[in-house]
Order: sequence, then structure tokens, then C-alpha cells
Amino acid sequence: MDEALFNQLVWPVACIFAIVLPLVLAVAMFVYWERKIIGWMHVRMGPNKVGPLGLFQAFADVLKLLCKEVILPTHANRVLYYLAPMLALIPALAAWAVIPFSDQLVLANVNAGLLYLLAMTSLGVYGIILAGWASNSRYALLGAMRSAAQVISYELAMGLCLVCVLVLAGSLNLSAIVHAQAGSRGMLDWFWLPLLPAFFIYFISGVAETNRAPFDVAEGESEIVAGFHVEYSGSAFALFFLAEYANMILVSFLAAILFWGGWLSPFPVSWGGLGHSSFWWLFIKAFFFAFCFLWFRATFPRYRYDQIMRLGWKVFIPITLVWVLVAGCLKYYGLAGN
Amino acid sequence: MKTLVRYFKSLLLIELFRGLGLTLRYLLRPKYTMHYPMEHIPKSNRFRGLHALRRYPNGEERCIACKLCEAVCPALAITIDSAARECDGQRRTTRYDIDLFKCIFCGFCEESCPVDSIVETGIHEYHFDSRDESVVTKSQLLAIGDRFEADIAAARAQDAVFR
Amino acid sequence: MITAQLFQLLCFYFFATVTVGAALSVITLRNTVHAVLALILAFFSTACIWMLAEAEFLAIALIVVYVGAVMVLFLFVVMMLDLDQEKLREGFVKFLPVGILVAVVMLLEMLALIGVRTMRSYVMGANPAAANGHSNSAWLGKALYTHYLLPVEIAALILTVGMVVAVMLTLRQRQHRVANKRQVIAEQVNVRARDRVRLVKMDAAGPTEPPVSRAPEKETR
Repeated sequence: MDEALFNQLVWPVACIFAIVLPLVLAVAMFVYWERKIIGWMHVRMGPNKVGPLGLFQAFADVLKLLCKEVILPTHANRVLYYLAPMLALIPALAAWAVIPFSDQLVLANVNAGLLYLLAMTSLGVYGIILAGWASNSRYALLGAMRSAAQVISYELAMGLCLVCVLVLAGSLNLSAIVHAQAGSRGMLDWFWLPLLPAFFIYFISGVAETNRAPFDVAEGESEIVAGFHVEYSGSAFALFFLAEYANMILVSFLAAILFWGGWLSPFPVSWGGLGHSSFWWLFIKAFFFAFCFLWFRATFPRYRYDQIMRLGWKVFIPITLVWVLVAGCLKYYGLAGN
Repeated sequence: MKTLVRYFKSLLLIELFRGLGLTLRYLLRPKYTMHYPMEHIPKSNRFRGLHALRRYPNGEERCIACKLCEAVCPALAITIDSAARECDGQRRTTRYDIDLFKCIFCGFCEESCPVDSIVETGIHEYHFDSRDESVVTKSQLLAIGDRFEADIAAARAQDAVFR
Repeated sequence: MITAQLFQLLCFYFFATVTVGAALSVITLRNTVHAVLALILAFFSTACIWMLAEAEFLAIALIVVYVGAVMVLFLFVVMMLDLDQEKLREGFVKFLPVGILVAVVMLLEMLALIGVRTMRSYVMGANPAAANGHSNSAWLGKALYTHYLLPVEIAALILTVGMVVAVMLTLRQRQHRVANKRQVIAEQVNVRARDRVRLVKMDAAGPTEPPVSRAPEKETR
């Protein structure tokens, strides 16, 4: 009984903590890194006063947010208002359960991992919609509508990109997908090469899914102030923030796992030490993609809402549909995948 | 043909990659930011900051209450009352107020002063704790002048060549 | 002593209770948005029950399709509704007897149906996926695209037809370009400066001619 209890309860909970706590820390560091990178791209310094190199800036911000009062707007729906930030955060954290960090290092090695991820990312939109509606504010409602429409549209393109991946890999299991990318040629065996358009569309859709610039019309501060979370303050706002950044890191990890060979080394196995696969490779790749999020934000101006819809429906979905077919042909004639 | 080229250009995201390259170049550039409280930008000796009233080396205040500064002030920030001094009957100010909220720091008062009494110093870091402190009185102005006389005199001496 | 099976049973009853409770509150809650949320909860706990029965593909598909997409659109529409609660409840007492009658008849029919079926009840076979040694989703995919290929294709065709019809119904022909100003982004993007603007070099006007006192001509460049 004791051992069963340990195996079924204590150990999984410890594993969950071992993922979630570093994730929250990573979010804090990511916020700091974002401000630094965007500062540098603007030929500024970024935060550099709190702690060495400004490293404690994010913690100071969190402390400030936690000490602030959460204000309930008049005629707001109390229950949903407080529920919404949690609904945004829970799927963002739950999706991490199936991420394989290396060959053995995975919390839940489920067979339908990819589907589970799709389900979790599609649930995140409820936090946004409910936050917008429950706030009893026009700006918030407009932001929520925009965000929901955008997330649903880009989920289609994203799902079709994932279909390309699973056609080549022949499995919904994320570990199996990484294994399917292993080969003697290092990074040339990974899926990004045969699925190059799908890879780009996946990442751009990921940016749109997480409501990040240049697709951040949900909070477009020039028109609707801050969109769906305009009425939120203090710790409730911090939860939205946490969810957004956890989702960004998740999309970075997924791009690395699905298209860039996960923990596999980019060099051929014959190169010795460099050819060894290790979870460090996964972290380096994910770090690069996370950096791309910030890079985009510093580079591109915000899309107009109707142009976002046009891009999603009229450009991305047709291209991915064609590429599903191409991926099928590649697989059938043995040109890619195994 | 042209259309085809355009299609390829937009599908290959060439313009987007060029934009990304631009921001990447800027990422690596040296930064010019001054760490303000720790570092300061060099200041001209003609800088027009907080006002001060000066004295002669023997301690006699320079101001003779001619009221030229009050007259020339475009923002009507200066208020002067004058009377004959009791001890020697010299014409002196009894009140010399500058409202720093009205002042636009144009430097006309300094230009108009025949005895180099009212000057604008290089001080630009000061604050008020309440609104009514914005009016600096004669004694305060004299105190500022006494405290920073060395700096003020040095700045005037540097600029004297051009006058 | 909690064994795995007992735990599963407890989980089943928990999810079942939540499902039934959520379904009940869908029809009893006054606030329409709350009702939609209750419906989402019902879907979600149904998915959990399916997950307990090891039908992971169906469970996640339910969440992706219904919870993730369909109910979001529902919520959209319901949020935009401007309902008068009082008016909605006006006829409640008047139609109550009829409603109860219909409900009772339906309940009896369902009980009869279940009763008839239990007479010919048979034990469910073993989980075919587990028996074949495949994962649930892999087995489902194989079954759908081999044994049940024709029904799948027909369903896909019907859905496509429905989609095309929906697009056709809502697509308005834009014949009058002037009346309906529509943006064609590709055209806008491809415009070059020389297509639109002609820069003309002109000599600077000298003071040689004295200005004549007459109305200044309107010049167009």
C-alpha cells in the first residue's frame, strides 16, 4: 500500500513540481530576457539596476504585482472574473505533462500526446473569452472577441501542420516523433527540411495562438488599451502574464520537438561527443525559438485584424492542406520519415 | 513573370528576413544609454537652470532693484518690491520672488541685469515637496548664490570671451 | 484499502455525478453564459469518463472539437444575446403541465428501451485495441480507414458539401466595385511609387514678373 501510494501519488506530484517550479522560474527569466533583448534591439540597456545585471527585476515585478489589490469592476461577474485567470493558466501548465525532455525524462509518455497538446492549447481560449466578458468592459469584450476568433482560426493551420508531422512520424506520441527524426545525417534528418513550409506556418501560428506580436491585437494597446485583461490588476493579472509566457515557452519547446529533432544532436553521430543527444540540445533549440518570439516583437509592426484573418484562412490553411498531401507522398515514396 | 517573382518574394518571406536582420544588427551595436544618476552628460557653461542672486566679493548684494528683470520677464515670473535701506539709504529690494512654475528659463533676466546679480546656474536637479514651495524668495536665492558662487563665477569667466 | 479498481469506480461515479449535475444546470440556470459553461463542464466530464474507459482518442477529440471550437462559438453568440429574463419565464406555469407530460412520456419510452435491451444484454468483448496490441488511437485510425473507409468518405463528402453551401449562401457577389469598396491587399502591396506619382521638375519662380492683381489660379501638380 505504502509503495503503491508513493508510486501513484507522491512521485507524480514531485515530478509535477519538478516541472512547474523551473517553468515559473523560466517565465520570470524570460520576461527579464525579453526586456533585455528588446532594449538591445532599440539600442537601449534594458533593466540593469535591480540585482546584478538587473537579474532580480522580474522577481521585483512579481512581488509588486502580488502586493497589489485585485479590483473587481462594478457589475462584473464575480465568479467568472476570478475564474478566468485560472482557466487561462491551468491548460498552459497542464500541457507540459507530455513534453519529453529526453529519452527517459518525460512525465506522461502518453500515446495521444499530440492530441492532448491540441486539446490543451484550445482550452486556453476560455480564460481569455471569460475574462473579456466577465470584466463588464467594452475594451475587454472587444479584445476577447478578437483573440478568440484569432486563436480558433490559427488552431486549424496549426493542427494541419501537426498532421504533416504525424504523417511522417506515424505516431501521436511525442517521444516516438523525436525518435522518428533520428538518423545518421544529424539535422538533415529532422522534419523541418521536408516540412519547411509547415514548420514556418507552425511557428507563425504559434505566435498567433499565444497572442504575441505581431499578432497581439487581443491587447492592442493603441486601440483597445490592453484588451481582455484591461480590468485585471495585481495577482490576477500576474496569472494571465504567467499563462502567456508559459505558452510561449511551450510553443518553443514544441517547435524544437516536432521539427528540430527534440533532444537529438544536430551533428551526425559519427562526430563523437558533439553527436551525442542530450536534453541540453532541446534546451538550446527551445531557447532559440523563444528568442525568435522576442525578435519578432522587436521587428514587426502589429497586423491589422482583418489581415490576420486573411493570412490565417486564405494563406496558411491552403498551404498546409497542400503540404499534408506532399507529406503523404514523401512518406509513401519513402523520401522522408521512416 | 513579374507576378511570379512577386509571389516567390512574398512566400519566401524575404522582406521579413531583412527586417529581422536589421534588428539583429542593432542588437549587437554598442549602447549609448547614460546611467543617469551615476553618469552625467557634459553641461554647457551657458546652461540655464535654477536662479541665484549674487553678491560682490565684499559681501554686499549686487541687486540694486532696477526691476529690469521684472520688466523683461516674458512669463511674469519675477516680483520685486523695493525700498531705501535703513542703514545707508541705498535702494535695495525688500522682496525678490521668482515663481519657478511660471519661469520658462529663457535667461532674459540674466541678460538684462546691469550688475550681474540675477543669474541662472547650472543646477537642474531640484524638487519641491508642495506647490507653494515653487516660489523662491530673496533669501533663498541669495543662499543659492552664496553656495555656488565659485561655479557661477567660473561659468561667467568662461563665457566672458564671447560677450 | 483503496485498490485501483475501487479508485476507478469512485472516479467514474464522481465524473458521472458532475456530468449529470452540469447537464441539469444547463437547463435550470438563469444566466445563459453560465448555462453554456455548465454545458462545457458536462462535455469535459463526459470526456473524463471516456478516458476512464480507455477511449483516449474519442475523449480528446471531444475536447478539441466540442469544447475547444464549437462551444467557443456558442459562447460568442450567447455573450452577444440581450435576453429579457422576465419575459422568458412568463409562460412557465402555463406550459408546465404539458412539459411535465412530455417529459414523463419520454422517460417512460427511454426506460422501456433500456428494459428491452437489457433482456438481450451481452457481455462486452475485450478492448479490441488492447487485444491487438495497438494504442487506442492507432487502432481506431486503422479501423476507420480500412474497414469503415466508405462511411468515413461519405461523411467527409457530406461535410464538404455543407461547407461549400454555407460559403455560397453567405458569399455576396460584388459586382459594383464602386458601391462596395473592397480592399485587395495584393494590389495595394504591389503598388510602386512611380505608378501613382509623377515628379515634375519646375524652375523656381523669379521676381521678374510683378504679381498681377487677379484671383490666383488653382494649380494642379
